Amino acid sequence: MKFAVLQFPGSNCDQDCVHVLQNVLGHPTRLLWHKESVLGDVDAVLVPGGFSYGDYLRTGSIARFSPVMQAVKEFADQGGLVLGICNGFQILCEAGLLPGALIRNRSLQFRCEHVYLKVATQDSPFTQAIPEGKLLRIPIAHGEGNYFCDAATLEELEAKEQILFQYADRDGDVTDHANPNGSLKNIAGICNTARNVAGMMPHPERAAEAALNEDDGRLIFESLIAGLNPAPAPA
Amino acid sequence: MYPAPAITPELIAEHGLTPEEYERIQEIVGREPNFTELGIFSVMWSEHCSYKNTRALLKGFPVESPRVLVGAGEENAGIIDIGDDLAISFKIESHNHPSAVEPFQGAATGVGGIIRDIFTMGARPVCAINSLRFGELDNSEVRRLFRGVVSGIAHYGNCFGIPTVAGEVYFDKSYEGNPLVNAFALGVLRHDQIARGAAKGVGNPVFYVGPATGRDGLAGAAFASQDLTEESAEQQRSAVQVGDPFMEKLCMEACLELLATGAVAGIQDMGAAGLTCSTCETAARGGTGIEIDLAKVPQRSPGMTPYEILLSESQERMLIIVTKGREEEVKRIFDKWDLPWAEIGFVTDSGQMVVKNHGEVVADLPASKLADDAPIYHREAKEPAYLAEVRSFTLAGVEDLEDPTEALEKLLEWPSIASKNWVYRQYDHMVRANTMVNPGSDAAVIRIKADSVPGGDDREDFPEKLLALAVDCNATHVYLDPYEGSKAAVAECARNLACSGATPIGTTDNLNFGNPHNPELFWQLKEAVRGLAEGCIAFDAPVTGGNVSLYNQNPDGAIDPTPTVAMAGLVEEEWHVTTQWFKEDGDAVILLGAPVDSEDALQGLGGSAYLQVAHETKSGQPPRCNLETECTLGTTLLGLIQSDLVKSAHDCSEGGLAVALAECTFSELEARNAPRFLGAEIDLSAEEDFRLDALLFGESHGRVIITTSELDAVKAVERAKLLGVPAQRIGTVGGKRLKIKTPTGEHAWEVAGLHDLWWNSIGNAMA
Repeated sequence: MKFAVLQFPGSNCDQDCVHVLQNVLGHPTRLLWHKESVLGDVDAVLVPGGFSYGDYLRTGSIARFSPVMQAVKEFADQGGLVLGICNGFQILCEAGLLPGALIRNRSLQFRCEHVYLKVATQDSPFTQAIPEGKLLRIPIAHGEGNYFCDAATLEELEAKEQILFQYADRDGDVTDHANPNGSLKNIAGICNTARNVAGMMPHPERAAEAALNEDDGRLIFESLIAGLNPAPAPA
Repeated sequence: MYPAPAITPELIAEHGLTPEEYERIQEIVGREPNFTELGIFSVMWSEHCSYKNTRALLKGFPVESPRVLVGAGEENAGIIDIGDDLAISFKIESHNHPSAVEPFQGAATGVGGIIRDIFTMGARPVCAINSLRFGELDNSEVRRLFRGVVSGIAHYGNCFGIPTVAGEVYFDKSYEGNPLVNAFALGVLRHDQIARGAAKGVGNPVFYVGPATGRDGLAGAAFASQDLTEESAEQQRSAVQVGDPFMEKLCMEACLELLATGAVAGIQDMGAAGLTCSTCETAARGGTGIEIDLAKVPQRSPGMTPYEILLSESQERMLIIVTKGREEEVKRIFDKWDLPWAEIGFVTDSGQMVVKNHGEVVADLPASKLADDAPIYHREAKEPAYLAEVRSFTLAGVEDLEDPTEALEKLLEWPSIASKNWVYRQYDHMVRANTMVNPGSDAAVIRIKADSVPGGDDREDFPEKLLALAVDCNATHVYLDPYEGSKAAVAECARNLACSGATPIGTTDNLNFGNPHNPELFWQLKEAVRGLAEGCIAFDAPVTGGNVSLYNQNPDGAIDPTPTVAMAGLVEEEWHVTTQWFKEDGDAVILLGAPVDSEDALQGLGGSAYLQVAHETKSGQPPRCNLETECTLGTTLLGLIQSDLVKSAHDCSEGGLAVALAECTFSELEARNAPRFLGAEIDLSAEEDFRLDALLFGESHGRVIITTSELDAVKAVERAKLLGVPAQRIGTVGGKRLKIKTPTGEHAWEVAGLHDLWWNSIGNAMA
């Protein structure tokens, strides 16, 4: 299966995604420059973290206008798998591919630390390979990861089980104390109604190797891969 | 043409030049310099650029080893071989005065400047660390500076995409109004990728890359080279630059891509003294001349004078000398990254730095004399008067402790010892997915993998490397004895590396001192350099570069002399990586090194955190540092680690044995709000020769606490003794309390309670 990792000026987790997908998991992965308007032959697109275009104006707000994002929208509309991580999540929200927005952390400070994530549903291409009840330990690193949306949107997110990940404590309880940024309902990651586009603030690509003392993030990539390796087509 | 002021003695003095220096300038130029040329000399001959007050002293540093590929002072940063055709480039640099005036931008541009020094060498920057000093946190102005500096570093490093993996922060009254901000960056490259800052090849075009030049940062180098006063801070606000990490990221990617083409003949960043320094230094290194026309330099504001354009320190700008005929390749890469660029001149064979403005010559100076012939001063040094009092200090008036319960709590809460999580949680310390040991242990450990090398490395089986990094300086000890304190700074840094499983391979230092014209302050500097040099020789970790920051004063006097030491070390195997926290119930706790230096009359309490916290006393001869003992301890510890005997290792420093033990019980962090506690039962009841406060809180050097499995304990102790290191088992890991039995009784603390005090102290002070 083939991955494309977008590269905006100011992306800085692009290489980390390529490393995990290609070197750790063994799937061909290429970087796609923001000025490209054709995705080419890919099975899934990753929108990596960083500070695209310096995050000037507002996080992700300039990236959404790049040629490559127009191609990503078409890809998503046709059911292609898209995962946005950190700044990638912000970009997907700005681009209208995901509902809601990410605002300043309530501490008003950047936060880099490990968090526990409760997996709210296994019913998505991004979570299907995660064992039931498994609590993930994955780092966050953001200044604007405070998920916000209006009441109607939140109701819909809940009704359609679009919430994928929630910040939890070490016992798996979703509490305010466990919330690192003030997100509504401790939301750390969501998907769209068609369940083919997802965004998350935590960085699974930083937690996918035993050498870095953690590999829970790998389960998210393995979910994606499992979904893209369908049963052999009938002869 | 603008009206250039006439050169008067007052104008010369305003430029920080002495009458003698001005005479020398006239000799070099062979005539009266004009106003622009005077400005050029003033920045090039500032301490920041020329090291005129310290160059003679710095000659004492060891700068060679078989690993050194580019030595100290040759280029923007030194380069050290790490094997398999790979190398690292690293350096530390201060941004103290700008941070005092405008903490956010001052600190941010400090990070930007040091990152540029690293990628200028052709290396990809892969991690940053920093060393910070502030006044005490009960002062609201100090809190403002602290908050601003930390968020400035976070802003720049996080956006650029470099992990900030380690650091140190101290709080002491002497830094009030004059904080220290020392930023370190490290990059990786292959031997064949080393770039040079030399203007080679007569006729080669000179390119300017990066944002337009503005009036910001005018003559920052000269500003950094004078005493900081309230007045100067107010006037010099325009000397602080404004940073744009996004632009720097683009600039770095473009430069690395450009270097890979082979079209670059020379490259230099525009840091201190901007366009002036970069043009004359590249010409001096190349043994050539250079000619530029300022009219071609992109300018942010209209009507800038040649003087302003030359001395501006606008950030994120690079000077690139391109091999003639390959200009198109270069332009294509700049355009890909949407970077502004301009061709502003060419290399000549005249040896002169010729600056024109719309074709008219505004400066014409001999490049090598300007860059290399700054006066060298041998300043007068005199032992400071306060040292007599320090030496006469005894423990006679200091009552020993009966119950250490409260003292340990107070020490863990003391901001200089307390957890720095309020700081490092604001830094992205994991980007690039290489950080193996995060902030919070003795040293950070990072992995070097194929994508750490510029352009990637396509070797089939890339030889991954592991690097450990630490930065240290107990400036109280340096103040009380500059020579011993400085040796100890090197020893502590090396000890931290050894505790992490690494062997030191190179050092970079940042000398933060007061006004060198004051003989007592100059004496501190001289003694400190002597101590650092001996330390670096002992550990065979040559100095590959560094920075000198003088004139660190506030109206009440000079800062404590602070020779910050940062070291890089190599870890041979992944399983050698060791962290400081206890690992398992039942493990044996072993102390390597003598519990107290029995030849020290103050038993390790001189200049200790304990005397400062419990007795409000900052005096006494600090613990002596025996480099031979330290080296033996280091190699022995590494031997034990490499024999797979050691499960955790933590050195004793501020707060002594008791603080170190407490840190071992609670410093492992699984995740947010999820520390892991593992208590211990410690028995020191046989140590009857020492005072209780000295035994628990004395800061004698050369001590490390390790744990081993119960089975390996005897083997580890015997092997250490055999290698000449005193060693004894002092207890067992287990439970939720830290219990210490002493000759006078048994004391116990709940680990969770100690952790709360230590973890939340700085956050509470900043809330």
